[in-house]
Amino acid sequence: MSAGPMSLPPKPVRVPPWRDARIRGLAIQAAVVLAVAIAVAILATNLVGSMAERRLTFELDYLDNTAGFAIGEAVISYSATDSYGQALLVGFLNTLLVTVLGILFATILGLVVGVARLSGNWLVNRIAYGYVEIFRNTPLLVQLFIIYFAVFLQLPPVAQTMSLPGPVYLNQRGIFLPRPEPTGSFAPFAVGLAVGLLMAIVLWRFGVRRAAGGRPIRRVSWLCLGALLVIPALAWITAPSAPLVLDPPIAGRFNLSGGLGFSPEFSALLIGLVLYTAAFIAEVVRGGIQAVSHGQVEAARAIGLRNGQVLRLVVLPQALRVIIPPLTSQYLNLAKNSTLAIAIGYPDLFNVSTTVANQTGQPVAVITLVMGVYLVVSLVTSLVMNLYNRKVQIRER
Amino acid sequence: MTAEVPGFGADVPRLPPPVTQRGAVGWLRQHLFRTWKDTLLTLVLGVVLGWLLYQLTLWTFTSARWGVITDNLRLFLIGLYPAQEAWRIWLCLTSLSLLAGATAGSRGGYARTIAIWLMAGQLTVAVLAVFSPMGVVAILALVANSILVLVAQMATRRHPVRSRWLTTAWLASVPLTMLLLHGIAAVGMPVVDPDLWGGLLLTFLLASISMVLSFPVGVLLALGRRSRLPAIRLLCTTFIEVVRGVPLVTLIFLADIMLPLFLPDGVDLDRVVRAIGAFTLFTAAYLAENVRGGLQAIPRGQIEAAQAIGLSGMQVDRFIVLPQALRAVIPANVGLFISLLKDTTLVVIVGLLDVLGIGRAVLAQPEWLGTSFEVYAFVAVVFFGLSYTMSHASYRLEAALGVGRR
Amino acid sequence: MKRALVPATAALMAVMLSGGAVFAQDASPSAAPSMAPAPAPTPTPEPTPPPEATGILKRVQDRGSLVCGVNGALPGFSVLDEATGQYSGFDADYCRAVAAAVLGDPTKVEFRALTAAQRGPALQTGEIDVLIRNTTWTVTRDTSWGLFAPTTFYDGQGIMVRSDLGVTTLEELATATVCVQSGTTTELNLTDQMRARSIEFTPLVFADIDATYGAYEEGRCDAVTSDLSQLASRRTTMADPAAHVLLDAVLSKEPLGPVAPLGDDQWFNVVKWTVFATIEAEELGLTQASIATADITNPVVARLVGAEGGLAAYLALDDGWIVDVISAVGNYGEIYDRNLGPATPFGIARGLNSLWTQGGLLYAPPYR
Repeated sequence: MSAGPMSLPPKPVRVPPWRDARIRGLAIQAAVVLAVAIAVAILATNLVGSMAERRLTFELDYLDNTAGFAIGEAVISYSATDSYGQALLVGFLNTLLVTVLGILFATILGLVVGVARLSGNWLVNRIAYGYVEIFRNTPLLVQLFIIYFAVFLQLPPVAQTMSLPGPVYLNQRGIFLPRPEPTGSFAPFAVGLAVGLLMAIVLWRFGVRRAAGGRPIRRVSWLCLGALLVIPALAWITAPSAPLVLDPPIAGRFNLSGGLGFSPEFSALLIGLVLYTAAFIAEVVRGGIQAVSHGQVEAARAIGLRNGQVLRLVVLPQALRVIIPPLTSQYLNLAKNSTLAIAIGYPDLFNVSTTVANQTGQPVAVITLVMGVYLVVSLVTSLVMNLYNRKVQIRER
Repeated sequence: MTAEVPGFGADVPRLPPPVTQRGAVGWLRQHLFRTWKDTLLTLVLGVVLGWLLYQLTLWTFTSARWGVITDNLRLFLIGLYPAQEAWRIWLCLTSLSLLAGATAGSRGGYARTIAIWLMAGQLTVAVLAVFSPMGVVAILALVANSILVLVAQMATRRHPVRSRWLTTAWLASVPLTMLLLHGIAAVGMPVVDPDLWGGLLLTFLLASISMVLSFPVGVLLALGRRSRLPAIRLLCTTFIEVVRGVPLVTLIFLADIMLPLFLPDGVDLDRVVRAIGAFTLFTAAYLAENVRGGLQAIPRGQIEAAQAIGLSGMQVDRFIVLPQALRAVIPANVGLFISLLKDTTLVVIVGLLDVLGIGRAVLAQPEWLGTSFEVYAFVAVVFFGLSYTMSHASYRLEAALGVGRR
Repeated sequence: MKRALVPATAALMAVMLSGGAVFAQDASPSAAPSMAPAPAPTPTPEPTPPPEATGILKRVQDRGSLVCGVNGALPGFSVLDEATGQYSGFDADYCRAVAAAVLGDPTKVEFRALTAAQRGPALQTGEIDVLIRNTTWTVTRDTSWGLFAPTTFYDGQGIMVRSDLGVTTLEELATATVCVQSGTTTELNLTDQMRARSIEFTPLVFADIDATYGAYEEGRCDAVTSDLSQLASRRTTMADPAAHVLLDAVLSKEPLGPVAPLGDDQWFNVVKWTVFATIEAEELGLTQASIATADITNPVVARLVGAEGGLAAYLALDDGWIVDVISAVGNYGEIYDRNLGPATPFGIARGLNSLWTQGGLLYAPPYR
């Protein structure tokens, strides 16, 4: 047997360490991590040094101290004798309030405008286009200033309150609506309301199931609406006295009291955030609708669906898949943009925190805390929307 | 064999569509009054819109006090930059006009949009300046600059300047502009403290410098986030998510108030620079996410093919991946830069006097009480013009690069 | 992978950063104050003057300019003159006084306009060398923001309302909305006073001074509260100053004065004695015009103008520093009259801000 060269195992190629991808990768990582670590260390040393020198801390003990300042609007009870922590909580809840309402209204308006952008009616289409372009291309802060300083503060003073049908009162101190106050006979009315709502939902689901089975009920949406209105109306009529009375605002020396009042700061911030964000959502919605292939629309029309039905049953459910990720980032933007409240005096988290930072003399601790709160809220929102997104996407066939 | 199909013979004259479906009437029926719902909607919206436009026009030409803009025009344009040094700004604009014109002439397309708007913008300001106490020099400079845009464009259309030269000139113009604006004490040119830079000048500087700086940072972050190396991936991801998770106002606040704590003693960054830093990091994080989207769109096969022909990792990135990825995300990035431009107004909250800040300062003067709508409408129009220009230039750029057509 | 972009972008970055570098002021890290050599200990019993400037004093002298935090939107105290780009006012003049003391040149001041909420952090982070921004002396601020130099303006908190409202007392403001600036002592005092009298009210808090007074003037608030001097000053900038009245109630004591950063005694002394020098000069009758030719036969005057005593060395300043200060901005009375006195639109009476010899509270310790 001759040991030919053929039978030799292939000689392992020796790769010099600097060409070995793995070693090189490790080296690069080590270098980058080291560089970042050094940079962070230098910055941290400076920070700790300067903070010690200026008697600043990261400690949050101050949160228990008495705040001593009043806050104009609060969702929960708050007075100047409460702690800084409570003051920050009030700010956080104010932020939450304006954000949640803002998201709700911006979504509705954005949906309407997005659909209007694709309307066959030229005027509707152009108005929607003009709206989107104007609001997307100007800074939110400028819009807020216009709404607050040039609109709300130019309303008539309290003495000459503008009264609109409703009754709705408008003056420099805000928008005042009558507040519905439940009376003794509210309970049966509430039951009627609940029954009506339940019936409407049951009817709707039934209608959807029948439609899927190919035997649609005619005018199912009218039936639902009827159930929703007629039953509570009956409950109202049969009640011994009116279940709800309106508590209208009453003019005081400086202000209207009673009723449901919204301060100009809150209203301006909410309206500004809604108008601005809705313009972006409209574009997202339009993109989503256009992503649904035209054949689908034609097919839906061919089987006899009306325009509204095409939109509701065919286009929007599919567009939703495309819409959700960008919609999420618009919601997050709205939440983050609510910090502009500071410019028009609405006591949101950021606004209150600057006061707290100032009164406690601990800006570093306060601003870190506030950034942390926003970060957590952002990450949680992303997480929730990602889960929802996954749920919607899973229907993909 | 030949069956007569009634009505389909060649001898039947082709009638035009009925009058209700063609011409102006047809268009109106088709687009405004197709159904009774459409008609109702059209009428209601038409009346509301008409009334609004009428009121707006009435206000604009009768009761609006535009003197608040023209009387304070210098403040709106350059802030507190000393009037006797304003020639430096006109000179910077001259170089900008020259470059924009030359680029438009050599490259056409999107650059032409920008050049036209630059010209139109300067002419508009010149017209406004006629009604303001700014003096003849400013008006002449602005008019000369806008003519220069046109001249440069004409001259280079015949003899295009090479891209490389244009790029170099643009890059070189940035530090030169800064030097000119700041002044060099050594050659006897008075130094103008950046604290005094304001108005539209500050808005432009904040936006353009942050834009240019955020681009490389953002691309590096995007590559880092897709890196095979876990440590780098983690670092980049953390940075991107943290910056994207907090409001821009808090970052500006942090940069304005807390940055000095991080710096060694004796190092003192100007407030404008700190704001630029905050804008750059913020924009870079968003840009990184855009670019990542572009990177993901590159088919794996291309990278493998490039590796197969022996390109190294860097070469694959540089010649195959990035050119395609960056092209794909142009629309998203222009959108981002428009956001950045609008976001520069947030410096008002830390007390810098950009064009909006000047507006607020002007409104504090007693003689201009009650002109807030005029001032803010003016600021809004300025931003609208700039943003609209950018988005239009971007459409043309997309068309020129064939985004979505390959 | 990442390194692929480094060559391409590094060049770009370098160019851009070089552009940005012109912004950076005094980037020499060598000015670390704590590293300065300590003076050699001498066994002699006489007090040894500190031989050289350290810390902030050295930083200011090396930089060649003083960074002074001011309000910037308060006529009479500090307000920007748009035509010249210069700040003028009582506080602005004290900035110039400190610059004259330290650098011998009152024009070497970089003014930083700060909001009420920004001023504390600006002091704490060392962004400014001294804060002269109508800031009230409180124990929290004295221990967490910086050290308060002597009060330059004794003030009290007041409330301004529209005169057609017919309000004359605090009690009548029940349920009213009151505009107030955030991060001020007035925000706290108002709450205290209203709480003590069980009056309900709604505060409307703005970060920006212009927004605060803007909202008041537009009618969003029924009243606005601040230091009396500030109210008087801002009233002159209103469309119809006569339509607004100050209530007779004084809510608090508001001693306003310069603040130096914590932890630098030498610098604090410089700021403190600059203020005292202006008061002492008024007491001695030394004015902007007369100090250069002052009669140095009076030993008190001689010490003040640096002709004898060599006291300036204790502050690590030049002998003639007080002459520089007074010939730059004048004595206390001149500064006051120029900016707030009867010849100005504000016409605020001296009141508590008179010399102790005239029934006021201004009293400078002996300069010896």
